[in-house]
Amino acid sequence: MSAHHDLVLAFAAGLIDGNLPSGLTARAPDEASRRFGVYRNNVSVSLVTAMARRFPVIERLVGTEFFAALGQVYLQMHRPKSPVLHEWGDSFPGFLAQFPPLAAYPYMADVARIEVARGRAYHAADSDPIAPQYLIAAAADAGTARLALHPSVQVLRLAHPAVSIWAANQPGAVPGHLAVGPEIAIVLRNIRFEVLVSTLSSADAAMITALQNGKTLLGAAECAAEVKPDHDPQPILIRLMQAGVITMPKEAP
Amino acid sequence: MPLPASAGVGFKPEHFDQIRATPCLGFLEVHAENYMGAGGLPHHQLGLLRRDHALSIHGVGLSIGGADALNREHLARLKALCDRYQPDSFSEHLAWSSHGGDYLNDLLPLPYTAETLDLVCQHVSQVQEVLGRRLLLENPSTYVLFEQSIIPETEFLAEVVRRTGCGLLLDLNNVFVSATNHRTDTMAYLAAFPTDAVGEIHLGGHAAEDLPSGPLLIDAHGTPVADPVWELFAVVLARTGPVATLIEWDNDVPPWPELLAEAQRAQALLDQASEARLVRAS
Repeated sequence: MSAHHDLVLAFAAGLIDGNLPSGLTARAPDEASRRFGVYRNNVSVSLVTAMARRFPVIERLVGTEFFAALGQVYLQMHRPKSPVLHEWGDSFPGFLAQFPPLAAYPYMADVARIEVARGRAYHAADSDPIAPQYLIAAAADAGTARLALHPSVQVLRLAHPAVSIWAANQPGAVPGHLAVGPEIAIVLRNIRFEVLVSTLSSADAAMITALQNGKTLLGAAECAAEVKPDHDPQPILIRLMQAGVITMPKEAP
Repeated sequence: MPLPASAGVGFKPEHFDQIRATPCLGFLEVHAENYMGAGGLPHHQLGLLRRDHALSIHGVGLSIGGADALNREHLARLKALCDRYQPDSFSEHLAWSSHGGDYLNDLLPLPYTAETLDLVCQHVSQVQEVLGRRLLLENPSTYVLFEQSIIPETEFLAEVVRRTGCGLLLDLNNVFVSATNHRTDTMAYLAAFPTDAVGEIHLGGHAAEDLPSGPLLIDAHGTPVADPVWELFAVVLARTGPVATLIEWDNDVPPWPELLAEAQRAQALLDQASEARLVRAS
């Protein structure tokens, strides 16, 4: 291996274990370690800051100090692989679910799933909403018409009331009764580029998942009716339409 | 088209509305990696701003000074970004930030040796070839020295320019930070700097710590430009004439008027440099 490769390897190892790589020095050589510490600090602080930017509610729930320590542990096990840091942290919910000190807070991973989905929604590809006439025409031909949903739309089936917990931890949220039991989240980016999180009924969730899987409008309504026989598909379609997340299917129906 | 020889700012989304209402800005600079998502607000804003402003795309993740081959996937994303926005300038750093597939999110230093010179030249040429455009390479701020280094930084940069045809981004805060940290002379550094290749200047703020041997400055980009850095700027402009100049303020981002005031201060010095040129030419 080349000298530069060896140096970079020792430098990168030193950033983790604190050992000064050989060859590093300073005008006052006994200060080299302290100066190397600036790089160690930059790397760990900047990466934990990037994590906090993606998981602000987790940081709020566990506290800044705990989050910094938690971030260090996560960082050692899940180094970012790309300089595009808003894509780093997808494995954080799974990590939280397995992190022994948080075993008493099983909802934490579900809250983190919502935050992962929010990041994805924020950066998801653009897709233009359909005109309202198209939805009316599709409803009249529900047996064959298909609707696509915006790439930002994500349905999360959560074991814990994580949507309620997430919402209660937004700036300016009014504390209310804590919800119990599982929740289904819908995360989407509306036409004003706002990323919204709300709850869905299980029938509405079935309908959305069916549309995402390419079912016809009628087929999707039938999926919803299997969950709730008297389900009315209209309110959720209007809600999606108003958010601007009903888009033209790739292949014409 | 090179960047206009006037003052620009690093674009921060919180300033979007005010920047839209400030058409006289020289140019805007963005970090490439913040615009590598597929869509959404970042691209919407940048697309609108691009209509009215010259644009510099500044990469922080290529790891040009690294020991590994460049990340081809990242380079391809960078090319797609440059193809989409057709920036007036693309710049990167004489530093490394990735190793063994891990991204370390800091601009880490390298020794200046025959081996690293070859490696950096090879990487710069590869980037220029893939992007189909000239790259401006930025001088780093550093906190440590390497026993292995045998080439002065200015000479190293001049040789990269000579071999690859790239240009340079002269970061004057970095010049000041490194010279202070290594107890060397900023004027000697600037005298040796290949200023003919400079396509852009960066001005930014730094933080300071105290070590037994004296101050240790940290390139923090969270404060106004320091007075000694403004002085270096005037010295350089007297030599180069007006050059595209960026106010870099990435952390603790101030309200827009404060950032604009820094850009206006830079613009005033650029205007003086133009006038001095005219006087000399007449």
